[in-house]
Amino acid sequence: MPVIQTYSIFNRKSYLSQPAIKISGVHKYFGALHALKGIDLTIEPGEFFALLGPNGAGKSTLINILAGLIAPSSGNISVMGFDVGSQYRQARQLLGVVPQELVFDPFFNVREMLRFQAGYFGRGRENDAWVDEILEGLGLADKANTNMRRLSGGMKRRALIAQALAHKPPVIVLDEPTAGVDVELRQMLWEFIKKLNRDGHTIILTTHYLEEAETLCSRVGMMKQGQIVALDSTANLLNKFSGKHLRLTLGNVVLPANVQELVRYAENGVYTFALEDMAQIEFVLSALRTASIKVLDMQLNEADLEEVFLSLVGSTPQAGSSRGVLR
Amino acid sequence: MSDLKSIGPSKSSMALRGPWTLLKKELLRFWRVAFQTVAAPVITALLYLLIFSHVLKSHVQVYDGVPYTAFLIPGLIMMSVLQNAFANSSSSLIQSKVMGNIVFILLTPLTHLQFFLAFLIAAIVRGLVVGLCIYLVAMWFVDLNIANPWLIIVFALLGSALLGTLGIIAGIWADRFDQMAAFQNFIIMPLSFLSGVFYSIHSLPPFWQKVSQLNPFFYMIDGFRYGFFGKGDVSPMISLAIVGTAFLLLALITLKMLKSGYKLRS
Repeated sequence: MPVIQTYSIFNRKSYLSQPAIKISGVHKYFGALHALKGIDLTIEPGEFFALLGPNGAGKSTLINILAGLIAPSSGNISVMGFDVGSQYRQARQLLGVVPQELVFDPFFNVREMLRFQAGYFGRGRENDAWVDEILEGLGLADKANTNMRRLSGGMKRRALIAQALAHKPPVIVLDEPTAGVDVELRQMLWEFIKKLNRDGHTIILTTHYLEEAETLCSRVGMMKQGQIVALDSTANLLNKFSGKHLRLTLGNVVLPANVQELVRYAENGVYTFALEDMAQIEFVLSALRTASIKVLDMQLNEADLEEVFLSLVGSTPQAGSSRGVLR
Repeated sequence: MSDLKSIGPSKSSMALRGPWTLLKKELLRFWRVAFQTVAAPVITALLYLLIFSHVLKSHVQVYDGVPYTAFLIPGLIMMSVLQNAFANSSSSLIQSKVMGNIVFILLTPLTHLQFFLAFLIAAIVRGLVVGLCIYLVAMWFVDLNIANPWLIIVFALLGSALLGTLGIIAGIWADRFDQMAAFQNFIIMPLSFLSGVFYSIHSLPPFWQKVSQLNPFFYMIDGFRYGFFGKGDVSPMISLAIVGTAFLLLALITLKMLKSGYKLRS
């Protein structure tokens, strides 16, 4: 971990030893809706953490509370030891949040927006070198003097990320940063974010793209209906669900009883069987042959984060969406 | 690449630079579209001046020895100051809310007082710029004496501050542009047109004089006009007390709204 210098605003508090994020017993009610049901979560400095869950799980509510946009009904959240409610100035100084919605100010160009954003956090022209670095790293250098209105959707998304980084926050929250962006931008963005993480920035990511979480994040939290249902390192989660997955396209059939217990899930005539070893492949195929069921297509996969997610959260990708994308 | 060795500025620079940046952004926001935010209200005020002075100058009796056109100019200046101060803070906030970019300010360590001051000062500046432009152009038409420049300055500052604050309240309260238009059309416009801009309230029947005295805009216009002619419908000290109290009251309400996060932070 790099050395982080303390400043007078932080009252010389040594926050290096503090968790990057500490969430304790957070509840949130929206009227009768109990959106967060007692969330406890600690994220250590330097982690690359993924927060996953289907729509309505409470991820964005949790992030909005962390960012100070929503007040919790009860519980506490701190950023490097500073409470986001009572010590909001210090907490926000340490936090950079990329909002999910593609919002922008139409009056200004990209560089002006970044300077304003840094200025709100007390940074002036001495921050320009960092602004240039962000512009370069996110492929925005040639658009620096372009009005925000004239940027394409992908460029606007980059500018949104750049704005969250403008004050060089040690803790960065990316709420669905790659939703609706092309592959090239996604790769560029992740290379830049990985560099930031290597330099000591803590990254918290919510995404629908499970491959991203599996590739990038060292630890994963999964949310369902306002609760964290899984919290472990990515490797441990995958180990827990180790084994092979046999995906067979069979059409509309009735499976023999002796293989039904191996079915992890089924959708539109495609059946996924969770197998403990390779020998079970022949067992399943033999049972299907005996029942005169024809195999139209066959795939054999290692368990991935999507399998873990589906097992724990129970959602399936919507029809028409690409594999690994949950909406 | 970032080395994280300097994650925060010093306390003093942050205390000043944060709100200064927000103020600068708010000033640039209206200056970038000055044709719409400054030139247009100046032209509107001049059209009022030309039409009303031409139509009414031989029909309306105002103060002794004060021609109607001269009487009209301070009222028009102040009305424009008030309307533009309101328009600046209210339109900035409602646009930011509707477009969603207000989140960039809400995520910062700016305090509610700093937020208030930045929007307030930007509103005052726009109101005064528009008022000054109208004054400079109106000087081509009429020679205006100035009896008490301090009253003019104080009422212009207090009036624009009051309407700038009201604009912040309206901007926070309104969720849609039509709500903001309703606030403007059903509150701001009637109060400013019925405040004695175009007439002295002494020319009204007694009942309507009493009603006019319930309108806080009347005291802003009358106090401002007193600075030019040394005479008005009520004492400038009464106007000053009423306008000052109204501003303090609205400022406290606004600060309370901002501190609680009303309609900004759920």
